[in-house]
Amino acid sequence: MSEEKYFKTLKDLPKEELFVQGHRACSGCGEAIAVRHIMKAIGPNCIVISPTGCLEVVSSPYPYTSWAVPWYHVAFENAASVASGVEAALKVLMRKGVLEKKKIHVVAIAGDGGTVDIGFQALSGALERGHGFAYICLDNEAYMNTGIQRSGATPYGAWTTTSAVGKAIRGKVQWKKNMPAIVASHGIPYVATACPAYPVDLVNKVKRAVEIEGPAYVHVLTPCVPGWRIPSNISIKVARLAVQTGIFPLYEIKDGKLTLTVKVPKRKHVKEYLKLQGRFAHLTDEEIEKIQERVDRESESLGLGPRA
Amino acid sequence: MSQKNEFKLNPKPSWKELPIASIIPQPSTSRFYLTGDWRSFRPVIDKDKCVGCGLCWSYCPDAAIKWFEDGSVEVDLNYCKGCGVCAEECPAKAITMVEEVEE
Repeated sequence: MSEEKYFKTLKDLPKEELFVQGHRACSGCGEAIAVRHIMKAIGPNCIVISPTGCLEVVSSPYPYTSWAVPWYHVAFENAASVASGVEAALKVLMRKGVLEKKKIHVVAIAGDGGTVDIGFQALSGALERGHGFAYICLDNEAYMNTGIQRSGATPYGAWTTTSAVGKAIRGKVQWKKNMPAIVASHGIPYVATACPAYPVDLVNKVKRAVEIEGPAYVHVLTPCVPGWRIPSNISIKVARLAVQTGIFPLYEIKDGKLTLTVKVPKRKHVKEYLKLQGRFAHLTDEEIEKIQERVDRESESLGLGPRA
Repeated sequence: MSQKNEFKLNPKPSWKELPIASIIPQPSTSRFYLTGDWRSFRPVIDKDKCVGCGLCWSYCPDAAIKWFEDGSVEVDLNYCKGCGVCAEECPAKAITMVEEVEE
């Protein structure tokens, strides 16, 4: 790959924590693992904006905060609008000489509800206006913070409290919204997908997203222990299987050119990913085959290689 | 640095003490909230098997594992919630989860 790499191994990552200990995320939370790495990649020179969601709830019960950097909590729908405003304000203050001229990264870190459903129009608008900020979506595939309600990012067949499993309806009947593709079609300079099971890949993508001129978007799959109905110790294992089965391919789109960053030469059967999770426990073989067919088709179009 | 190690805010403020918009003026105060008592299993590291790869440090959701320059690792039990991700992901199988019992 011709891309420059900011971090080659785990040893290159800073030891300093900017998302510190003592946050109240569930034991084994994939989102906490991802945010730790994201903050290491961005570094201390930043302003973070988070809408409502798990991240906000676990990191800021007054008077405790897990953030070592300036951090805003805003309403569910407007993380991207606030990030645009912060970026524009910094620009003006620097032009007027109130602030010293230097690069301050403006980063919005939101959940999947705050990105693909509620915050979608704010995000789309901010991308279209071309503000210089990075938007990071932590996708745990439902509204986990309020008690596991389905979102646009919930995959087909998954159980949630609002897509219950019964005789007539068996989990969510719609497919997952392909958010990275929707964002990429705004024609922004950088879009990537990442996952905490591949930490070096994740930090490089986040670093690239904040360093690039103009808007950038990173979609991070973060396993949720209570919502996915998994034991707390396998959250990373499940995230890795999502990549290895082709359900969540890791790629980046830079100036319209798509590159796979983690190649999966021998794709595993989706069953290996689904059977670990209680939210898919009800799926029959036909339903699993239906998911496999769709994954095969999508993998083929991305050039992910054949199934093992 | 001594200031950094002091918790300057009232953990149970009355509504009159709350600043406007409930801003938290001191950074990283959650370090004073110890999550170690959530734990029912404790990770025990076998120093002889440890290869010093740092994966446990990387995959710890609570930043409870310290990874030193010489490669050795140490668990900070004040924060460890006992999820067991480190034991599952350790390539050398050097971490075992031991049930916490009353002494």
